[in-house]
Amino acid sequence: MIETRGLSKVFHDKKRGAIRAVDNVSFVCKPGQIYGLLGANGAGKTTTLRMLATILEPTDGTAVVCGHDVVDEPDKVRANVGFLSAATALYPRLTSREMVEYFGRLNGLDEPTLKKRADEIFSRLDMNSFRDRRCDKLSTGMKQKTSIARTLIHDPQVMIFDEPTIGLDIMTARTIIDFIRECRQRRKTVIFSTHVMSEVEKLCDVVGIIQSGKLLAEGSLAELRDHYRQHDLEEIFVTVVGPYQTNPEA
Amino acid sequence: MNLPAISVVYRKELTEWLRDRRTLISTVLVPLLAFPILMVGITALATVMIGNAEKEIPKIMILGGEDSPQLLERLHKLDKLEVVPYSVNWRDQISNKDIRAAVEIPKGFQAALTAGTAQTVDIYFYQGELKSSFGADHLQKAIEEYRDSVVRDRLAAKNLPASVLTPFVIKQENVAPPEKVGGASVGGFIGYAVILLCLTGAMYPAIDLTAGEKERGTIETILSSPISRLDLVIGKFLLVFSASLASAILSVTSMGLSFAALGHSHVMQSSGEQSLNLNLGFASVVAVFFMALPLAVLFSAVLMTIALFAKTYKEAQSYLTPLTFLVVIPAVASVMPGVELTPKLALIPVLNTSLVCKEIITGTYHWNSIILIFSSTCVYALAAIFLAVKMFQREDVLFRS
Repeated sequence: MIETRGLSKVFHDKKRGAIRAVDNVSFVCKPGQIYGLLGANGAGKTTTLRMLATILEPTDGTAVVCGHDVVDEPDKVRANVGFLSAATALYPRLTSREMVEYFGRLNGLDEPTLKKRADEIFSRLDMNSFRDRRCDKLSTGMKQKTSIARTLIHDPQVMIFDEPTIGLDIMTARTIIDFIRECRQRRKTVIFSTHVMSEVEKLCDVVGIIQSGKLLAEGSLAELRDHYRQHDLEEIFVTVVGPYQTNPEA
Repeated sequence: MNLPAISVVYRKELTEWLRDRRTLISTVLVPLLAFPILMVGITALATVMIGNAEKEIPKIMILGGEDSPQLLERLHKLDKLEVVPYSVNWRDQISNKDIRAAVEIPKGFQAALTAGTAQTVDIYFYQGELKSSFGADHLQKAIEEYRDSVVRDRLAAKNLPASVLTPFVIKQENVAPPEKVGGASVGGFIGYAVILLCLTGAMYPAIDLTAGEKERGTIETILSSPISRLDLVIGKFLLVFSASLASAILSVTSMGLSFAALGHSHVMQSSGEQSLNLNLGFASVVAVFFMALPLAVLFSAVLMTIALFAKTYKEAQSYLTPLTFLVVIPAVASVMPGVELTPKLALIPVLNTSLVCKEIITGTYHWNSIILIFSSTCVYALAAIFLAVKMFQREDVLFRS
């Protein structure tokens, strides 16, 4: 389970001063549920997810992931989290197998368990044909499968996906979408950020709309449609976000 | 600190490092090949060139001397010189390398010689041009032999022995052991080379493991794993340190083999009257490594800290290039004659190690200085590691946009 309480993050920029990238965000994401964080570029999605993965430290507030506080026990949080984003690349000079095993060892798996789990994952993701190929020689789809295997190796209870399909072709993106669904079936807690409406409609049990670092609306798709009296998610998004849109020319 | 986690990071970084052509070239190939190429290659090339120059019979021109047949005859009879007919443009011919040198015999030279009046014989040549220098040397030697014969004839005429000109002989003799002689000749250079290669060996791995990781997008991947930042930095640091040491060890081994090859080759035996003594004590070389250890730690940590600020490999290279000068300048300063180790200099990093290495190689062990330098460099090194760990904990450095 993920629970954020007044999560905030302020960055300091020499030219622009203090920038509140995430502002007092609170939500709960339960096991077996996919929580979709929907927002435009720069809305604060990545910063929120990076704080949940303890890559960044909150300025104010906190979050509890699998019973561990992200500020007080970041190592324990990371041991329970699988983090996948467009920015989480692979080590080019390691093979697919070495990459997955490296993260298994970093997660403290013993060698017999690591081998057993790696074999299971490679078979499940159909990776055996390229498991000993270097990552810089893999196709985009193979790389994504390796990334998925890397996040799964320690069997985390929480999966964090930060725009995982950005820049991918349809078939590779589909692999990721199927994988996210599978995580829900396995009763994992899944949080997923995107700005693609169709992905939210396909996957999310709960949607949080974020803009300028603030969580402006939250609920199931049906609840949001009911509340804003509109069926199309894009229209709902524009209605919610519109008043908070900043004019780049201003 | 979690040692198994550090070991996992180190082994992974080692695997990647051994598969990286760029870092292998800078850490393994350059130190292995630089010295043989520089020392054996250049010496062999110089020997061949000198040999070719020596084989040539230089063409020379005689200016004047028609009234001095004795000297003219002597010069014409020389096997090592080819006398060409006089030409007005003799200066141009020397500059254009058509002839190698010219000698001007002053008017009335022989008559003045008979009268006992001192005269000047001018030799013209192309300064800096090897073959011209050889031609001028041959001419000088021939004329000096003629002068000596004149002196001998004059002494004989007055019934004086030749020894009247050399009442006693002066002789210099080395009493220092061969190790010290070798150390004094190349000691400063060895310390300088070890220090510089510790730096260059660490440079590319340091960039690859920090800015390279950012550029490839793997920094977020590794930071999302449960390993602590401290363990991650130490694991990475150990690899950079290993590369630094590997580079230094390979370079000194290569240097030693190159010196040995030079010492045994006929090149060294035949080219110099006093061949360079290259016997360096094994204990001294080991001691130099020992002194270089904290410096390698310091370099590895500083390079990682600076390179971490960069977003790309290229940006990191531009940050680290000035650092090379900061290291080269004190290292070169220590090789300069007259720069000796003082208590103040013993606290200046790089310069202190370089100076003490120079002393160690000559077999001189000032233990107070050695302890002061080793411990002060250790303190700098620990401070640098602390700084590197702190930098890895700064979000604005890791995710600088």
